[in-house]
Amino acid sequence: MMAKHRYSFFLGCVIPNRLPQIEAATRLVAPKLDIELVEMKGASCCPAPGVIKSFDKETWLAIVARNIALAEENGLDILVLCNGCYGTLIAGVHDLKDPETRARVNKILKGTGHQIKGTVTTKHLAEVLYMDIGMEAIEETIIRPIEARCAIHVGCHLLKPSDIRPWGVVEDFTVIDELVELLGATSVDYKLKDMCCGAGGGLRSAVLDVSLDMAREKFEAMTQAKVDCLVNVCNFCHLQFDVGQVQVNKEFGTDYQIPVLYYTQLLGLAQGFTPKEMGLDKHYISVEPFLEKIGMSV
Amino acid sequence: MTFVLNRRIINGSKIDSELAEDMVKAGLDRIRSCIQCGTCTGACPSGRRTAMRTRQLIRKALLGFRDEVLSDPDLWVCTTCGTCTERCPRKIDVTEAILYLRNLACQEGYMRPEHRGVSVKLIETGHAVPIDDEKWSKMREDLGLSPLPPTVHSYPKAVKEIQHIIKKTGFDKLINYKEGKNDGKT
Ligand code: SF4
Ligand code: SF4
Repeated sequence: MMAKHRYSFFLGCVIPNRLPQIEAATRLVAPKLDIELVEMKGASCCPAPGVIKSFDKETWLAIVARNIALAEENGLDILVLCNGCYGTLIAGVHDLKDPETRARVNKILKGTGHQIKGTVTTKHLAEVLYMDIGMEAIEETIIRPIEARCAIHVGCHLLKPSDIRPWGVVEDFTVIDELVELLGATSVDYKLKDMCCGAGGGLRSAVLDVSLDMAREKFEAMTQAKVDCLVNVCNFCHLQFDVGQVQVNKEFGTDYQIPVLYYTQLLGLAQGFTPKEMGLDKHYISVEPFLEKIGMSV
Repeated sequence: MTFVLNRRIINGSKIDSELAEDMVKAGLDRIRSCIQCGTCTGACPSGRRTAMRTRQLIRKALLGFRDEVLSDPDLWVCTTCGTCTERCPRKIDVTEAILYLRNLACQEGYMRPEHRGVSVKLIETGHAVPIDDEKWSKMREDLGLSPLPPTVHSYPKAVKEIQHIIKKTGFDKLINYKEGKNDGKT
């Protein structure tokens, strides 16, 4: 039988090529929620909004259009896990609604075998969970509540620019807090909770000191709030917090040890998957203290 | 006591009077309504720890200080977080304005080597962050995934499609890409 919720699954770059634990976890939790992830064969970089869009908007738009065209060929809306990919794809869908822009971009696509029509939309995992699946259906899959204090990091591009987002709010956004608390955990308030992780805009690749300084400020606030882990919904934020935490400790002489989990990894644990199945042994900052707290081990 | 007031002389030949108009034409139609309130600067997480002043970048662009703004390294410390855009009382899309200026900066050849490296990877593999070491495939297999994802990595034809797009938009020329002559370092 066909799953109730079907999406074109957009992977991007960082998830499949650097953080496959997030891909693995998501592929495991999806069927429990009656979600089918349909592959977008031959999808490329979204391309990244902070870098490629910074260099040449037209190239960015044409490559986004090709990715969106792949989803149109599947006949299914796009599901993304990364706030950056989300930012690119949602802006792409928006920009390509304009018939003139679409015609111009389709000219560039000529020869690739793809054309864009404007028939699909893009949804972030958080939106799919909260709006399409719904809290009740998620709750039904939970067999092992997670009792832990979590610092939630939402990430900028899930919410901004707000005029082309589905939420209706920019501040006091509680969707991720609700999704985390649904699993039995507590969302702990901390200073600068809404602040950027510092990875975007090409900073992580070219201005690392500024980029890490932002993450450092967040780690300090989270440590002061005595959290057991950090939960995010963007793999680029995840990379910044997990890999970046090791770099921050080296650069600033600190010793932050905050385990970093992507939401589907936390959800998977609550659904009864093992830490290993959720790829928690593949992290840069040990997840062990968090697992100990909730009575598990890798 | 005497003191001399040096007037800052703006040399007319250095002013690009078209820049603001070009921004308006590119869709930044509200840019001229900037009241220099500084809300964007106040909202900026990068400006809090660097010399970058968002308001100043906008001001310089509006005044037509083209060379000064395009060569300014501060243009590249914006994380594109979008907070300024949300808070601007004149509803100016400040983040898009910065991206627009960055596009122009690249056209003038102001591009970080790291950013060029990311672009080279995109051209050569279709991924800005590709699998460039066996360890990543091994990690995928450990997790029960296919060694290569079902992206451009599994479809050589798809990489050709990306290269086709890049040739058409001239992105290869923009980043001064020469086939087979890139160190590939990022
Ligand atoms: S917040 Fe808007 S109006 Fe105020 S200085 Fe910045 S761009 Fe200008
Ligand atoms: S988008 Fe850039 S300039 Fe605007 S607040 Fe964020 S970092 Fe600062």
